[in-house]
Amino acid sequence: MTDTTNTWGTAEPKQEMATRQATEEVEMQRELGEMADPRVALLDPDDINIEKLSDETMIINMGPQHPSTHGVLRLMLELNGETVIRTKSVIGYLHTGMEKTAETLSFLQGGTNVTRMDYLSPLANELAFSLAVEALGEVEIPDRATWIRMLMVELNRLSSHLTWMATNGMDLAATSMMIYGFRERERILRFFEKTTGVRMNHNFIRPGGVAADLPSGWQDDVEDILAHTSSTLDDFDQLFTGQPIFRERTEGVGIIDAKTAIALSATGPILRAAGVPWDLRRTMPYLAYSEVDFDVVVGSQGDTFDRYAVRMGELRESVRIVSQIMDKMPGGDYKTQDKKITPPPRGRIDESMEALIHHFKLYTQGFSVPPGEVYVAVESPRGELGCYMVSDGTSRPYRMHTRAPSFVNLQALPTLLRGALIADAVAIVSSVDPVMGEVDR
Amino acid sequence: MNPEMYFPTRESYRQQMIELRDRQFQMCCDLCCVDYLTHPGRTLDDGIRPERFEIVVNVLNLDDPARARVRVQVPYPNPEIDSIYDIYPGVEAMEREAYDMFGIIFRGHPDLSRILMPDEWEGFPLRKDYDIGAVPVQFK
Repeated sequence: MTDTTNTWGTAEPKQEMATRQATEEVEMQRELGEMADPRVALLDPDDINIEKLSDETMIINMGPQHPSTHGVLRLMLELNGETVIRTKSVIGYLHTGMEKTAETLSFLQGGTNVTRMDYLSPLANELAFSLAVEALGEVEIPDRATWIRMLMVELNRLSSHLTWMATNGMDLAATSMMIYGFRERERILRFFEKTTGVRMNHNFIRPGGVAADLPSGWQDDVEDILAHTSSTLDDFDQLFTGQPIFRERTEGVGIIDAKTAIALSATGPILRAAGVPWDLRRTMPYLAYSEVDFDVVVGSQGDTFDRYAVRMGELRESVRIVSQIMDKMPGGDYKTQDKKITPPPRGRIDESMEALIHHFKLYTQGFSVPPGEVYVAVESPRGELGCYMVSDGTSRPYRMHTRAPSFVNLQALPTLLRGALIADAVAIVSSVDPVMGEVDR
Repeated sequence: MNPEMYFPTRESYRQQMIELRDRQFQMCCDLCCVDYLTHPGRTLDDGIRPERFEIVVNVLNLDDPARARVRVQVPYPNPEIDSIYDIYPGVEAMEREAYDMFGIIFRGHPDLSRILMPDEWEGFPLRKDYDIGAVPVQFK
C-alpha cells in the first residue's frame, strides 16, 4: 500500500533517513533530538552547529549487521566530520508478529510466546503476562507462588544486568569483561535450568502460579550465586568504576536530562540515571515488593557513566532483595488449587475421573476469563514492561499488546547521540541496553 | 489500583491529553490500538458510540504515582485521529506502530511510516480481517 518510489527520486524508502532537502522540518527536528513539547527546552544552538549544508555532511549507515548494535538495530547517522548530528533508528528486522500470534494462543500457551520477546529477561515478560491474565480472571495466587516469582525475577535481573556488563565491556573494548560477565551469568542460568528445565525461554511463571516448586536444596544454590555475585561485583567495581580509560569514555557522554527523559517516555536505568527515582517496584509495588527492603538507585548527570553506575547499584540491590526473599520464603502451594486454572498433578489423573476431565479440558480448550481490558506493568531490567490485554470472554486474549521498554527507550537515541563522536555512539547505544527481540516483537 | 478512565471523542481527544498533561500526568507510557471488529460489545462511557478501532493511551503521574487511561473511538472507513506528538513526544514510535499494524492515520505526526513491517508491505497485520498465513505440514 505504501508507495516505494519516494518523491526525491532515490531508492531510500520512507523508513530511512533522507537528505536535508528532502526532510520536512518537524521530522528533521525529531532526528536532531529536539521536541515540540513546551516542557522541554530546545537544544542550545551554540552547542553544536546543525546549520550545515547537505554536501558538508555525510549520512552513514550503521548496522543491522554490526557487532555492537546488540542484534539487528540499524542506525542511520548524519555526520559532520566525526560528530553525529542526526540519528534515525531503523528497526523491524526481527519482527515476527508476536502480538498477532498471541491472539491465536490460549492463556495457558501464551507464556511460551511472550517469554521470547525480551530474551535476556524472559521471566519478567512471563510475569507481566501472567499478572494481566490473573487481573482479568480475578485469580488469587498463593503466597509461596508470589515469593517464588519474586525470587526468579530478581535473579533474572541479576543475569540480565550481568549480560549487560559483559556486552558493555565488549563495546568499550574491555574484552575480558565479556568473559567475566557471561561466566557469572552462567551460574544463574544453571540454577534456572535446575528449577525450570531450560536456561532461557522458561515458561515458568504461568497464570495461577509457577510451573514447579523450587528444587530441594535451592537455598544452597542461591546462596552460592549471591556469594559469587557479590565478590565479582567488587571485582567489576575495581575493573571499571575507578578505571581512568573507562571513565574517560563514559563520563559526560550521551547526556539526557530528567525532563527530556520523561517527555520521551524513557523508563528504567535511563530515567533513573537522569535523577528521577522512579522504580515500579517502589512506586507502584506489585508481588510482595512492599515487604522487602531495597533502595532505588539514581544518578545525577544522566550520562553513560551514570547508567552504568545505576545498573551496578541495581545489581547490589537485587542481591539484597534475593537474600531477604530467602529468609522470608513462605511454605505452601506454588500454584493455585483452582483446577479450572492450573492442571492437576500428573499422579492424580490415573486415580480421579474429575482430575482427568480438568486435565483434558485445560489442555484442549484452556480456561476463559471474563470480558474486559487491563494494563499491568512490571519493572523489567530495562524499564516499564507493560501488558495491555483485552478479553472477549473466550480462552484466548482478544488483543495482547506489550509495552516493550527497549522499543520506547530507543526513541531517546537522537537526543543522546546528538553532538557525540561516532566512536562514542557504540558506548551510548550500549548504555541504552536495547534487546532487539523486544523492540521488534 | 484502578486507573482513572477517560472516554473523549475524536474532537476532544487532544484537549483531554493537554488537560491530563497539565494535571501532572507527565509521561505517556503507552499508546496502542485495538481492532474491535469481531467483539463489538464493551463497556464505554454514556454517549460514546463504539467504533471499530480504539486508541488506548496510558499516562503516568510520576510525582503522585497514579495511572490514567484514555480510550478514543476511531471509525473504520476513515481511521484518522490527531497525533499527540507535540503533547507527549514519546508517542512517536508508538503512533508509528499503530499506523503500521492498524493503518490509523495520525494527523500531524512527524514521520508516519511503517516501523516494524517493510515499507512495501501491503495491508495492516493486526487488523482482525487480516488473514494469518498457514503452511500445510504433513505429519508422517
